[in-house]
Formats: sequence, structure tokens, C-alpha cells
Amino acid sequence: MAPKFEIEDLNAWFGSKHVLKNINMKIEENAVTAIIGPSGCGKTTLIRCLNRMHEITPGARISGKVLFNRVNIYGNGIDPVMIRRKIGMVFQKPNPFPMMSVYDNVAAGLKLNGIRDKKNLDEVVRRSLELANLWDEVKDDLNKSGASLSGGQQQRLCIARALAVEPEVLLMDEPCSALDPIATAKIEALIRKLAENYTVVIVTHNMQQAARVSDYTAFLYLGELIEYGPTKQIFENPKHELTERYLTGEFG
Amino acid sequence: MKKLDYYRFRIIKDYVAHFLVYLSLVAALIPLFSILYEVVQRGISAINLNFFINPTPTVGEKGGGVANAIQGTLITMGFASLIGIPVGLMSGIFLSEYSEHKLSMVIRFFNDVLSGIPSIVIGVFAYALIVRSIGFSVIAAAFALAIIMVPIVTRTTEEALKLVPLSLREAAIALGVPRWKTVATIVLRSAKKAVVTGMLLSIARIAGESAPVLVTMGYWRWWFASLNRPAANLALNVFVFAMSPFESWIVLAWGSALVLILLVLGVNIAVRVLTKERY
Amino acid sequence: MESSRKISLFNHKLNTKHFSHFKWQINGDNIFKLVGALFASSILLLLGLMIYELIKGSWLSIQTFGLDFILGTKWDPAISRVFGALPLILGTVVTSAIALLIAVPISLGIGLALSEYVPKKFGFAISFLVELLAAVPSVIYGLWGIFVLIPFLRDHVYSHLQTLFGFIPIFSGPIYGGGVLTGGIVLAIMIIPTVSAVMRDLFSVVPTSQREAMIALGATKWETAKTVISYARSGVIGAIILGLGRAIGETMAVTMVIGNKFQVWPSSLFDAWYTMSAIIANELLEATYDLYVSALMNVALVLLFVTLVINILSRLIVWRTLRLVRGMAKE
Repeated sequence: MAPKFEIEDLNAWFGSKHVLKNINMKIEENAVTAIIGPSGCGKTTLIRCLNRMHEITPGARISGKVLFNRVNIYGNGIDPVMIRRKIGMVFQKPNPFPMMSVYDNVAAGLKLNGIRDKKNLDEVVRRSLELANLWDEVKDDLNKSGASLSGGQQQRLCIARALAVEPEVLLMDEPCSALDPIATAKIEALIRKLAENYTVVIVTHNMQQAARVSDYTAFLYLGELIEYGPTKQIFENPKHELTERYLTGEFG
Repeated sequence: MKKLDYYRFRIIKDYVAHFLVYLSLVAALIPLFSILYEVVQRGISAINLNFFINPTPTVGEKGGGVANAIQGTLITMGFASLIGIPVGLMSGIFLSEYSEHKLSMVIRFFNDVLSGIPSIVIGVFAYALIVRSIGFSVIAAAFALAIIMVPIVTRTTEEALKLVPLSLREAAIALGVPRWKTVATIVLRSAKKAVVTGMLLSIARIAGESAPVLVTMGYWRWWFASLNRPAANLALNVFVFAMSPFESWIVLAWGSALVLILLVLGVNIAVRVLTKERY
Repeated sequence: MESSRKISLFNHKLNTKHFSHFKWQINGDNIFKLVGALFASSILLLLGLMIYELIKGSWLSIQTFGLDFILGTKWDPAISRVFGALPLILGTVVTSAIALLIAVPISLGIGLALSEYVPKKFGFAISFLVELLAAVPSVIYGLWGIFVLIPFLRDHVYSHLQTLFGFIPIFSGPIYGGGVLTGGIVLAIMIIPTVSAVMRDLFSVVPTSQREAMIALGATKWETAKTVISYARSGVIGAIILGLGRAIGETMAVTMVIGNKFQVWPSSLFDAWYTMSAIIANELLEATYDLYVSALMNVALVLLFVTLVINILSRLIVWRTLRLVRGMAKE
């Protein structure tokens, strides 16, 4: 099976600050890939390069290729908007649209892309919420404001919102860092479930989380990809000294 | 001994400064309260049903009202808003969405400069550009007033949009929504109140403008006839009536002033209430 | 092989290996940017057009009088048709200077009160009231000036001033109520909100550490406040120039209280005078021939030029100070 992403010689800058250096890696389809590393190592920048969110920051620049389904997303004539529809994203802090109801939040991506058919929307909203393990908790409150939910529910709402536009990939930028342990456990279970049908890339500062949910783990340090491989191998038998020092908590 | 005296001197200076600082507050607020008191007290006696349904009286005639001036002011303001609000709104959106763009830096600066140009000069500009070709008209006045609105709407829109958290924009962008649609729906919707506030403020501002109205429409005593002709105006009425020798007209001046003050006060208070809840 | 390149969200002209392949994509975002830029550029266009139209309108007057327009002291539309604006310029400058003399100390006091002295919860209400003062239309200041301020000043202030200081020429002469000093006072009231709001903003970005350092040295409140002022001093100058710009262009209220008398120099502070903006408001509609209209436009051009210079100067100063002070506060 072909990998979902092939990253070739990826470099990224903020102004003159070089934040990613010559990254080369392949990300497998329908698997969970975790990106770990100490703060400031570029892991958030790396996943933001995968759906072209990096470039919306003023002064941000990249070079290199990111092949998605064998097509370079930075290639000529590629519309970043179309890329982002295929590659969904969940952010560090839950960010539901506060002025919209639960229903409208989930339907937002579709509505904004011009889909108005009520029956179709109802169907998608329900399916997405079910997929995000949220349906049972909110099915009677679909008209309540998205901001009225608890933090963990809000994050699952954001996941449902991302799933509703039917992406192939879900990028998650430290999705549990603002949540309590119970809400975190629910999101982690959800990630495992989603991996059956989606490619998930998750950035986390929590090594145990990476060990629990991911199939593959990449370790980034100061903008460089130090080690990348099956999670089991990385955690049990790291090849690189830096990885080992990080995993044993020597820095970070 | 000497040191102690110096210490006492410093304390006295501190007391004097305290007193002067509070005195300056009082000095600024006395005119405000005096204006509010006088306008309400003198204006209220002018206000009755006739005031709102009759047009300007002929010279020396008793009674009469400002109905035609209210009509003319509303039409002129409406027409000015039709030009000024879209231009200001779009400019404000551009400045906030492309805030690092070189053009934005330049425009932001000159927008501030434009807001500092005297309204009479803007009136003369409209006179040169429009009055000289089509004559004194609502169009000319509305054009001048629109130019006064643009910098206000632009700046308030820009500031309002900048308050919308980045995370909301990112959420929409990550859903594959084009930037323009993100702005038109998510961003504008979140900043709706503050944007409307800016529009209201600009409308209140032009409602009270008389200098540019004077040189673009002149004084007009009749009802509105067409956009190519002048229309009566409340603020200008205050000027003409105040400078007239007739007691009954001076009463109308205070009545018109009361209507204007209520409008301005109303908008400013509404704005305070609206903007109290922010992100 | 792709080289590194600049990327922005709206401009994905990427991978331009050959210039022939360079293309600017037509999509919603690019159209959005273009339309926004066009609307925003209309602000520049308006300013440019304004300068152009006023120069065009003034051209006849500039050709006829040249520099004598600014230096001439005769304004005679009826017989000799000679126009010289020096008295108007002087009238504008002097009334504005009087306004600044009154408004600056008061605005400084208000700025300090709001940033240093008054507790935050009252500060909000006071700020609101001061801003209301800025929202009151100019004609209403004029109306209030004629019927409230002038009688008050004439009966309770000017007569005493004359009794006390009548031996000084500027306080001598007949008292009408309206005139130079009254014009200056009304202008002062009108610019106080603008100047004090800028000062408040300037003072409140001064870092708390500056105040704490002074307090720790045993300074009194006033000595601390003085440090705050000196910290933001260049911005304070900008705020004053900004107020000057407002005062110079103000029209209706001044027209209503200054007496509108064309003379080179008034006999006293109580005498009537004229300003640039007032003469435009009073005479543009009555100007019956081209040279007369052109002369009034020339007045407007001078006014535009002066306010442009003042505004650009003051904005630059205030912007720079705010940025500087904020920058220092961050460190």
C-alpha cells in the first residue's frame, strides 16, 4: 500500500528562523502517527505544513515537497482550500464557533461550502457526531450553543466538525493538552476507532499518550527528524541516543 | 531641619497636583453638563407635535417645525451611508485581513490623516467636484459626508475584526473554507456588534455635521424634491436659526439641537452597551 | 528541484519553474483580496483627488495673486477684487494658540487623572463623558456659545478681567462677549476630548515598573506622575499637535462666536476677528464670480495643506511613541 504522505526535504521558516530542517518521512494510510519532541522542536509546524496551515502565518515560508496521495500539495495550481477539505485539523484548544449551535458547528464546513440540503445535513451531522462518540451526549441539545459544552465535549465536537467534511486525514495538534484525564481517555479511544478508516497524525508532548494511541512515532528535536519508526520499536528499542534521553525524561 | 522642610514642600506640591488634576476633570465636564442642561431645558419648550409635522416657517412666521429638515437629514444621511459604509467596511476588512501588506500600512496611515482633515475642506472638495457641475444638491452633500464616514468605519471595522480570535479563523480555514468566506461568515459574524457600532458612530457623526452641508447644499427651507437639488438639514437649521433675529426661530434652533443631541447621546450610549461584552 | 519561496495564503503562485508558466489563479480569495485592495485604495484616491481639485480650483487665484495671497492683508470682493488671506491665517493661528494654552494643561490633567489618579471603575464613566464631549456637534457648541457662554463670559468674567488687567492692551477695549478669546475658549472645550484621549492612551502604556521604581524611591504620587509624563513626552507633543490640527480646521462653532470681522490684528482679546474656515462657510455661497470662488478655494487649499502637515507630523510622533513605549514595556 502506498503511503498517505511522502515528505521530501521539507524546510520551514518563520521570518529568518529556520524551524524545520530537511524533513523526510512517509506517513502510512489508516494508521496513527504520533509526532513527539520537546517544546519548540517544530512538531506543530510540521503538521501545519501537511494541510498548508503554516503559510497563513505572516512571514512563514517553506521549501520542499509534501506528496499527498502522490500529489505535491505545494505543486503548481494546487488550491490550498481543496487540500484542507481533504485533510482535516483539530487544534490544541477546543475552538467551536461560539455563535453557532452544536448542529451548526458540525454542519459549518458543509454549509460554508454551499451544501444546504437539510436531509443530507441532518444525516451528516448525526453520522459525524456518532463517529466522534458525542451523539448520545448531545442528541437532545443540538440547538444549544457549542460553547455550552464541557471542554472534552467541545473537543469531540471539533473532531465531529472536521469529520463532517469527509476528510481522508485528521491532523491533531495536542488535542488533549487542555483536557482532564477522563476527557483525554475518551479522545484517545476515539483516535483508535478513527484509525480504522482515517489516517491520523497527532502531535503530543505526552509520551505515554503517543505510546498508547500511535502505530508509528516520529521524534523531532530542534527542527530535525531524529528518529522515526513503529511506536513499539521507538519506545522499546530506540536507535538514537537523543531519543533515548528524551524518552527517559532527561530533557523536555 | 532643612531636609524636613523640603519633605513638607514635596507633600504640599503633591496635594496641589492632586487638586489640579481633579480640577481639570471638573473644568472639562462643566461645559458638557451645561450644554446638556441648556439644550434639554431650552429645547424641550420647542418640542410639540407641530415641531415634528410642520416644515420650516417663512421669515418671521410663528410656529412651524423641522419636519422637512428631519426628512432631508435622513435622506442625505442614508445616501451618504450607502457610499461611506461599504467603502469603509471593505477597507477595514482589507486592513485587518492583510494587515502586514505594504498597501495596508500606507492606507492605515493615510486613513488616519484623512480623518484629521477639516470637514469644511471636504465640503469645498465636494463643491469643486460636484456642485460646480450639477449644482447644490443632496448628492454633493452626501458625497462630502461619505468621505467623513469612511475613515471612522474603516478604523472601527479593522479594530473589531482584529479582536476575533485567531483560533476561530483557523478552525474555518482548516475545514477547507476559502479565506473570503471565512471572513464573510465566521469573522464578520463574531465581530458583528463592534462593526455595527462603528457604523452607528459614523452616522451619529455626520448627523451633526453642518459645515460641509452648508457649502454643498446651502440653506433650503422646503421639502425634499430630488437628489439633484438641495434638501433641508437639521444641523444647518441650528446654525441658520441661531444666527437669525427672530425669537421663534431661535426656539426652533434649540429644538433642533435637542433632537441632534438625543441622537448623538443615544448612539453613544447604545455603543457603550453593545461593546461592553467583548472577547 | 524546488527552491525556497515566499508563500502567503492568497498568493499561491508556486513552483514557477518557467516564467511562461507563471499564472495568477482566479479564485475567490484572490478576487477578495483585489476587491478589498481596490476599496482600501479609494482612500488614497480620495486624498489625491482632493489635493488635485483644490489646486485646480485655486489656480486662478494662485496665478493672479501668487504669494501675495498669503501675505496680503486686503480682502475686497466688492470693488477692487483683491484677496489677501494673511489676517485669516493670523486669526486662525491665534485662536488655535489660545485654545491650546487652555486645553493642553487641562488635557494633561485629564490624561493623568484617568491613568494615574482616578480608580478604574470611575475612570470608565469619566472617559465616556469626555468622549461624549467630542461627540457633541460643532453647531451645538456654537449655539451654546452664543446664548450661554457669551453672556456668562461678558457679565461675569471679561468685566472682571478688564478691571484687574485693563492696563494691559490686550485686556482693554469694548467687550462684546464674542471675539478672539471666546473663540479660543470654545475651541479649547472642543479639542480637550481629542487631546486628553491620546494622552490617556499614552500614559496607560507606560509600564508599571516605571511607576513602581519611583514609588520604591519614596516618590510622591505627583513625582511618579511626572516620570510618566516624561516617559511619554514625545507622544504628548504629538497629541498637542493633533489638537492644533483639530482647532485649525474647526468651522461652525468659531464662526458663530468670533464675530467674523476681517482685520489684520484685533485691538484686544475681546475684539472680533475672522478665521480661514469661517470665511469659507460665510462666503462660498455668495461668491458671484470665478476669482472670488477661486480665492475661497485657495483658502481651503491653505487649510488643507496646513492640516495635512500637522496631521502627518502628529500621527508619526504618536505612532512612534506608542510603538516605542510598548516595545520597551515588552522587554
